[in-house]
Amino acid sequence: MNPWPFVIAAYGVTFAGAGGLALWAWLSMRSAEALADSLKRRP
Amino acid sequence: MHGYANPARFLKFARPATGWFLGLGLLLLLAGVFGGLFITPPDYLQGETVRILYVHVPAAWLGMAGWAGIAAASLAQIVWRHPLAAVAGRAFAPAGATFAAICLATGSIWGRPTWGTWWEWDGRLTSMLILFFLYLGYIALASAERERGGDGRMAALFGLVGAINLPIIHYSVLWWRTLHQGQSISVTGGSSIAPELLWPLPLTLLGFSFLFGAAVLMRMRAELALAKAEARLRRSASE
Repeated sequence: MNPWPFVIAAYGVTFAGAGGLALWAWLSMRSAEALADSLKRRP
Repeated sequence: MHGYANPARFLKFARPATGWFLGLGLLLLLAGVFGGLFITPPDYLQGETVRILYVHVPAAWLGMAGWAGIAAASLAQIVWRHPLAAVAGRAFAPAGATFAAICLATGSIWGRPTWGTWWEWDGRLTSMLILFFLYLGYIALASAERERGGDGRMAALFGLVGAINLPIIHYSVLWWRTLHQGQSISVTGGSSIAPELLWPLPLTLLGFSFLFGAAVLMRMRAELALAKAEARLRRSASE
């Protein structure tokens, strides 16, 4: 059995999951901070 | 810890730390993954599939560390009424759930060429799957409580009770000797893995830990910003 497809799949799953988590956390932080800032500037 | 009870003081630390954690995490991961995929030799028994070790072990560690974080935050909330504890608990949950899911998926992928099966109802695998379901339950409970304006006490209790699964996961390979291998790396007792194979593991372990830390900080910052926005909306509505 060729082991490389399994190794590649494991690394793919890991980086898709960890990258997706980081991206989602960053986007949600940016949008929440932008919302808080926009309400601060509102008269 | 109480020094960071003030959200303003916490944000003063979290804002620069987020970037540092992300940068350090990516650098360490680059070095560890390169070493694990291209420099270390194949294992004499498992061959190339041993390279899955460098992502599977950090995922397992962070899946468990995430719940340890939830339990610590829950304790701080119930005992000391730490104002950021509920926010921290809710921030740990998605990061921990993601790494628990990665651990289950990479373990399954590793199991097929090594054990000849994708899944077995082994003590370690089953207790890790239970941890993943506990995360889903915690996320649902904490979100529902937050939406209803609760103080997060139910989620905190759930976080504390769920921590009973952590020693079960840890000792599962000793209590039920079935398919998953026994403990091969110990903080105090060294490792049974050859140093030529082991050296990238601390790099990926630290790299993923920094990434995990950055995700938790970003979620906490998002929660604090949303709470600030909600307070401002309420204030402007009442004026």
